[in-house]
Amino acid sequence: MNSYLTLSHVTIDFPTPSGPFRALDKVQLDIEKGEFISLIGHSGCGKSTVLNIIAGLHQATEGGVILNGKEVREPGPDRAVVFQNHSLLPWLTAYENVELAVKQVYKNTKSKQEMREWIEHNLELVHMSHALDKRPDELSGGMKQRVGIARALSMEPKVMLMDEPFGALDALTRAHMQDSLMEIQAELNNTVIMITHDVDESVLLSDRIVMMTNGPAATIGEILKVELERPRDRLQLAEQPEYNHYRAEVVRFLHERYKNPESQSSGDTTDIDSSNEKTKGNEDHKEDEKPVLYAVNE
Amino acid sequence: MSTHILKNLSSLQNLFVEPFQRIFLGPNKVEELSKLAKSIVVPLVALSIFLILWSAGASQIETSLGTVPGPGQVWTQSLQLIEEHKEERKKEVAFYERQEKRNAAKLEKNPDAQIKFRPYTGKATYFDQIWTSIVTVLTGFIIASIIAIPIGIISGLSPLLYTALNPLIQIFKPVSPLAWLPIVTMIVSAVYISDDPMFDKSYLNSAITVTLCCLWPTIINTTVGVSSIDKDLINVSKVLRLSWFTKVFKIVIPSSIPMMFAGLRVSLGIGWMVLIAAEMLAQNPGLGKFVWDEFQNGSSSSLARIMVAVFTIGLIGFLLDRVMLMLQKAISWDKNALIR
Repeated sequence: MNSYLTLSHVTIDFPTPSGPFRALDKVQLDIEKGEFISLIGHSGCGKSTVLNIIAGLHQATEGGVILNGKEVREPGPDRAVVFQNHSLLPWLTAYENVELAVKQVYKNTKSKQEMREWIEHNLELVHMSHALDKRPDELSGGMKQRVGIARALSMEPKVMLMDEPFGALDALTRAHMQDSLMEIQAELNNTVIMITHDVDESVLLSDRIVMMTNGPAATIGEILKVELERPRDRLQLAEQPEYNHYRAEVVRFLHERYKNPESQSSGDTTDIDSSNEKTKGNEDHKEDEKPVLYAVNE
Repeated sequence: MSTHILKNLSSLQNLFVEPFQRIFLGPNKVEELSKLAKSIVVPLVALSIFLILWSAGASQIETSLGTVPGPGQVWTQSLQLIEEHKEERKKEVAFYERQEKRNAAKLEKNPDAQIKFRPYTGKATYFDQIWTSIVTVLTGFIIASIIAIPIGIISGLSPLLYTALNPLIQIFKPVSPLAWLPIVTMIVSAVYISDDPMFDKSYLNSAITVTLCCLWPTIINTTVGVSSIDKDLINVSKVLRLSWFTKVFKIVIPSSIPMMFAGLRVSLGIGWMVLIAAEMLAQNPGLGKFVWDEFQNGSSSSLARIMVAVFTIGLIGFLLDRVMLMLQKAISWDKNALIR
C-alpha cells in the first residue's frame, strides 16, 4: 500500500454508440521509486490508455492512480510524457522547446541564469548540446526524440511516461537511444514507465516487464522481473542465457498465451512487426483520444 | 524571428543570383543556359501570341466610342497618363512656390501678418488614384483581419462556438459587395456625423465593404487551422499545465499560422476585387472611380484608358499577393507548406 505509484483497480469505459466499451479492466500495479517498468502487449490492448490515465489525460471510470500519496486527477509536469512522435513545437528551436517546459515549471523557483543552465544541462544529458539552435525540421528522428526526452527530464518528473518513444526510429538509432536512456537512468535514477513493442528493448531496459492481455477489457497478464545486473551491455547480454530466458518468456506470453488477435502468422519472430503495429496503434490511439480533444475546449 | 527573416532574404537572393552564378560558374553551362532561356522565352512567346490575337480581334469591333483599342493605343494612353501625372505635379509644385512667395512677401511687409496656407486641390492623377485604392483596400483588409483572426481562433478552439457561428459565416460569405454597399452607405451616413470629418464617407464606405467581404476566408481558414492542431501538442500543453493565454500564444497561434496566412491571402485577393466595384459605386477616388469616370466620359481614348486600368488592377493585385507571400515566408515556420 505504501508504494510510490499505485494503479488501483483501474477500469475505463469509452462511450460508443453501441454502449460503453470497456478498454481496461481492473489494472492493478504497484511501482517503486526509481523503477523502470515496460508495458508490452499487442496493439489495441490499452497500453497507451494506461499511460494516459497515469498522465491524467484520461480519467479512469473506476479505480484510480495514486502518486506519492496523492490521487492523480489531471495532467501535470510531475508526470512528464515523452510522446512517440516527439511532439516538439516545430517553430521553436531545441533550446526553446525545453525552455517552454522549464519556464513553466520553475517560473517561481529559478532565476533566468539558473534556467538557462538547467536547459543546457538537460540538453547535454541527451547529447544535444551541439544543436541548441536547430529547429525540429533540421534534426533527425533520433535527435528530435532526444530533445523530447530532455524536455521531459527538465521537468524533474516524479515519474516519466514514455509512449513508444523509439517506435518510429530505425533499428540502429533505436539502439543508440536505448543506450543513452540507460546512461541517463543510471545517473538520475528516475521512475520510468515505458510502452514498447520491442521485446529486446523491454528486457534490456526494464526492472520489470508488465505484459498485458488482449483487449477488450485488457488487464495485466503477467509481470516479469528482470534481474540482470546493471549496467547492462547489449553485446554481453546477447550471449547470456538469463537474457535469452527473459526474452523467451516475453515472446511466449505474446505469441503463445496471448496471440495477436489480428495476425495469424507463426510466432517465432521476436520483434512484433512494428511498422504494421504502429499504424494500427495510431488508429486505436485516435479513437481512444477523441474525448480528450473536446475536453480541451470546456 | 529576425533570423528567419534574414534567412528568407538570403533565399530571395539565391532565387535571383543563383541561376546566373550557375550559368557562369557551374559545370553544365549549356544546360543551365537553356533552362533560363526556357523560363524566359516560353512566357514571352505566350505574351506575343496574346498581343497579336488582341490587336487582330480589337480592330474588328466597332463601338460607339470607336474601334476597340489594341495594344498600341493602350500603351500610348499609359504614357499619356504618366505625362498627365507629371504635369499635375509640376503645377502643384508651382502652386506651393507661389504661395510661399506670397507669404514671404506678406511677412516682409508686416511680421505679424496672418499667413494663410492652402493645400493644393488639383485633380487627382492616375497615380493618386492608385494610391487611394491601395490605402483603401489595406484599411479594409487590416480591419477585417483584426476582427477575423480572433474570431477564427476562438471558434477553432470551441466546437460549440463554431457550431453557433457556422451558419452565419456560410450565409454571409457568398454575399456580393454590391449588395453590402447600399447598406453600408446608409449606415455610415447615419452614424458617422462630424463637422470636420477625418475620413471621406466614400473612403469609409469602400473600406467597410471590403472588410465585410474579407472577413470570411480568414475566419474559416483560421478556424480550420486552429481546430486541426496536432493533438500531441495540445497534450503537451496540458502536461505542462499552460495557462489559457500561454497555450493560445505559444501553441495555438504559431501552429495555425500557415492556414491563417492562406486565408489572409484569399481575403486580400477578394478585397482587391471588391474594392474596384465598391469604388465605382461609392465614388471613392480610386481606380474604380477612374474606370467609371472614363466610362461616363466617353471620349475616343476612354476605352484605352480603362484597359490601362485593367492591367494596373491586375498588376497591383499580383503585387499584393506577392507581398503577402513574402510576409508568410518571413513569419511562418512551416517552410515546406509552400506556397504558390
